[in-house]
Amino acid sequence: MKLHEFDSKKIFAQYGVPVPKGKIAKTPKEAGEIAKKLGGAVVVKAQVLVGGRGKAGGVKVVKTAKQAQDAAKQILGMDIKGLPVRKVLIDPAIGIASEIYLGITNDRAARQPVMIASAAGGVDIEEVAATNPEKIIRVHVNPLLGLQDYNIRDLAVGIELDRNHWAAFHTICKGLWEAYKNSDATLAEINPLVITKDNELLAIDGKMLIDDNAIFRQPKLAKLRDMDEETPAETQARKSGLTYIQLDGEIGCMVNGAGLAMATMDIIKLFGGEPANFLDIGGGANAEKVAAALRIILQDKNVKAVLFNIFGGITRGDEVAKGILAALKTIKTDVPMVVRLAGTNAAEGRALLADANMITAETLAEAAQKAVQAAKGK
Amino acid sequence: MGILADKNTRVVVQGITGNEGLFHSQRMLEYGTQVVGGVRPGKGGEWVLDGKVPVFDSVKVAVDATGADCSMIIVPLAAAADAMLEAADAGVRLIVCLTEGIPLQDMMRVRAYLDSKGVLLIGPNCPGLLTPGQTKIGFIPGDNAIPGNIGVVSRSGTLTYEVLYALKQVGMGSSTTVGIGGDPVKGLNFIDILQMFEEDPLTDKVVMIGEIGGSDEEKAAEYISKHMTKPVVGFIAGRAAPPGKRMGHAGAIVEGSAGGAEDKIAALTKAGVRVADYPEQIPDMLK
Repeated sequence: MKLHEFDSKKIFAQYGVPVPKGKIAKTPKEAGEIAKKLGGAVVVKAQVLVGGRGKAGGVKVVKTAKQAQDAAKQILGMDIKGLPVRKVLIDPAIGIASEIYLGITNDRAARQPVMIASAAGGVDIEEVAATNPEKIIRVHVNPLLGLQDYNIRDLAVGIELDRNHWAAFHTICKGLWEAYKNSDATLAEINPLVITKDNELLAIDGKMLIDDNAIFRQPKLAKLRDMDEETPAETQARKSGLTYIQLDGEIGCMVNGAGLAMATMDIIKLFGGEPANFLDIGGGANAEKVAAALRIILQDKNVKAVLFNIFGGITRGDEVAKGILAALKTIKTDVPMVVRLAGTNAAEGRALLADANMITAETLAEAAQKAVQAAKGK
Repeated sequence: MGILADKNTRVVVQGITGNEGLFHSQRMLEYGTQVVGGVRPGKGGEWVLDGKVPVFDSVKVAVDATGADCSMIIVPLAAAADAMLEAADAGVRLIVCLTEGIPLQDMMRVRAYLDSKGVLLIGPNCPGLLTPGQTKIGFIPGDNAIPGNIGVVSRSGTLTYEVLYALKQVGMGSSTTVGIGGDPVKGLNFIDILQMFEEDPLTDKVVMIGEIGGSDEEKAAEYISKHMTKPVVGFIAGRAAPPGKRMGHAGAIVEGSAGGAEDKIAALTKAGVRVADYPEQIPDMLK
C-alpha cells in the first residue's frame, strides 16, 4: 500500500525527522489561506501516488498567496498518469544548497533491509544509479540487530557528508529506520533530503510503501489508503480477500494461485485472446469467496467469456464449484463459461457442475482455446 | 531417496487441529507420510485423525516424544513467524511453512535466525514438497505425480501441479518436487534446489518454474550456466502481465531492470535452458 507524501512526512516527523511545516489543501481557496499563513514563497505539490509528478507539472514554486491559489487551481484539476489530483500539499519554499538521497528498502536477494544514500539526490537518482553506481552508497542492516550507529557513519562517510551535519544525519537515519520498522514498510524514502542555505538538513519529500501482508497489524496506516489507487472492483476484491487487477481484454479469468493466474493470462494471449483481468482467489478459497470473485468478473462489461482454471491443492474443487453455483443463483448472465478443474476434489467439483451448462476442458491449453472461441461467439 | 525427504522422514504438523491442518494431514497420512505428531498449544494430550496422531503443546515436546526431524507449519499467519522460530529451536532439520501472508520484515528476521541455527526452510507461502511414492509434506496433490527422474522446482504452487500432471499424462515422473513459494524472502531458493538436483543420483533432468518479479530466475540462470551439467527446462509466468505501477526509487536502485518475463526468459535461454511457452509443452521438451 502506498502512502502519500504528506502522510509519509508526517510519520517521519513523528520519529524525529525534520520536515517542512506544510499543510494539505483540497481547494484553491484553502491553498491560498495556507500559503498566507506560512508567509513568503511556497511550493504547491500534487498529492498523487505515482512518481514523476514534478516532471508532469504537478509541483509549482510560487511567491505569493494569490499565486499559490492559482497554482492549486491548476494542479487540482490535473490528471497525472491517469490519477486525479484531489489534494495539494502547501509547503514553505526552501532555499536548497544541495540534495541528498536517503532510503530504506528490502534487498530481497540479501534478505536484509538496505539503507541507501547518495550525495546526488533529487529527481534523477535512478539515472545516477545506472550511470554512476559508485555515487550510491548501500549499507545492509542485520534484521535481528537493527540499524547500528556504525551503519550510519558508513553512510555519512560514503557520501562525504560534511562533519558538521553528522549529528543531524544520525538523527534522521535513526528516525527513518524506526519509521520503516514500526510501520512495516517495504520502502521509506526521503528524496531529496536537502541541506538548506541555512545549513540545516530537511526532508522535503517523502514516500512510504507499507507491506500489504502487515496491514492487519497496522490499523492506523490502513485508514490512510487512497481509494483512487484502485478501481472500485479492485477495492471490492481486496475486501473479499481476492487479488484482482482489471485489464482491457474480453476473457475474464478466475484462477487459484498467482503463478497459474499469470500463466493462464499468458496462454489466453498465446491463443489469440486478451485477458480481462488477473484474479487470484488465493489458497483454500471457500465457496463464498469464489462467488464474490465471479460477481466481480461479471461486472466488467467487456467480459465475453469466463475461464475458470482451478488446480486444487489447498483449494478444493468442490468448494469452488459450490461458489460458482451460488453466484449463478443470484446473477443472471449469458456469458459463456469454460471450466477446468483438476487436483484436490476435482471430481467432486465436476460432478456438482455437471448440470450447470458449462463448457468443460481437460487441459489448460484446451481451456484457453475454448475460452478464446467462446469469446468470439463461436 | 528424495533430495530433502523420503519415506523415513518423521513429520510433526504445527497447526494440526485446524480445518486445513486436519484435512491435509489426513491426505499426507494416506500418501504414506510419517505424520508422527501434531502441535497445538493448549491441546496437548489429545489425539486426532481417528486416534492415529498425538497432539502436543509445543514442538519441543513433540520432537522429544516422536523423534521428528521435520516440521510442517500450517498455522494462522499471525502465529507463523513464531511457529518457525519455535520449530528451529526444537531442533528439527527441515521446516516446511505453508502459511501465506507473513509480513516481510518478520520473514527477514526469521530467515536470519534459521540460518544462524543451520535449519533448512521451505516456504513460506508454498505448497511444500513431494517425493513421489515416498512422502509428501504439504499439499501438492500426490495422485498427480508418479516417481521418476525429473527434479521439479517452482515458485508457484498451482503451476507445479500443472507440470506434474502434464508429466504424468505421458508417463514421466519426478524424483523430488519442491514448491519454494512466491514470497520475496523465503527459505531454500532456486539455486539451493538446483544444486541438490545436480548432486542427486536419482535426478537426470530438471524443470524450473519461475515468474515475474525479483531476480531469482536470473541468478538461477547464472548458476545453471556455470555449474549444471543436467538439462533444465524452464517456464516463466507473467508475459502478459501489465507493468506494475511503481513508486519510489529504492527498488529500482537495488534490483536494476531485473524482474520482467522477457528478461528472465532471455537469461535462462542464454544459460542453455529451453523455455516453454506454456506448462503443457514441458514433457515434450524433456524428451
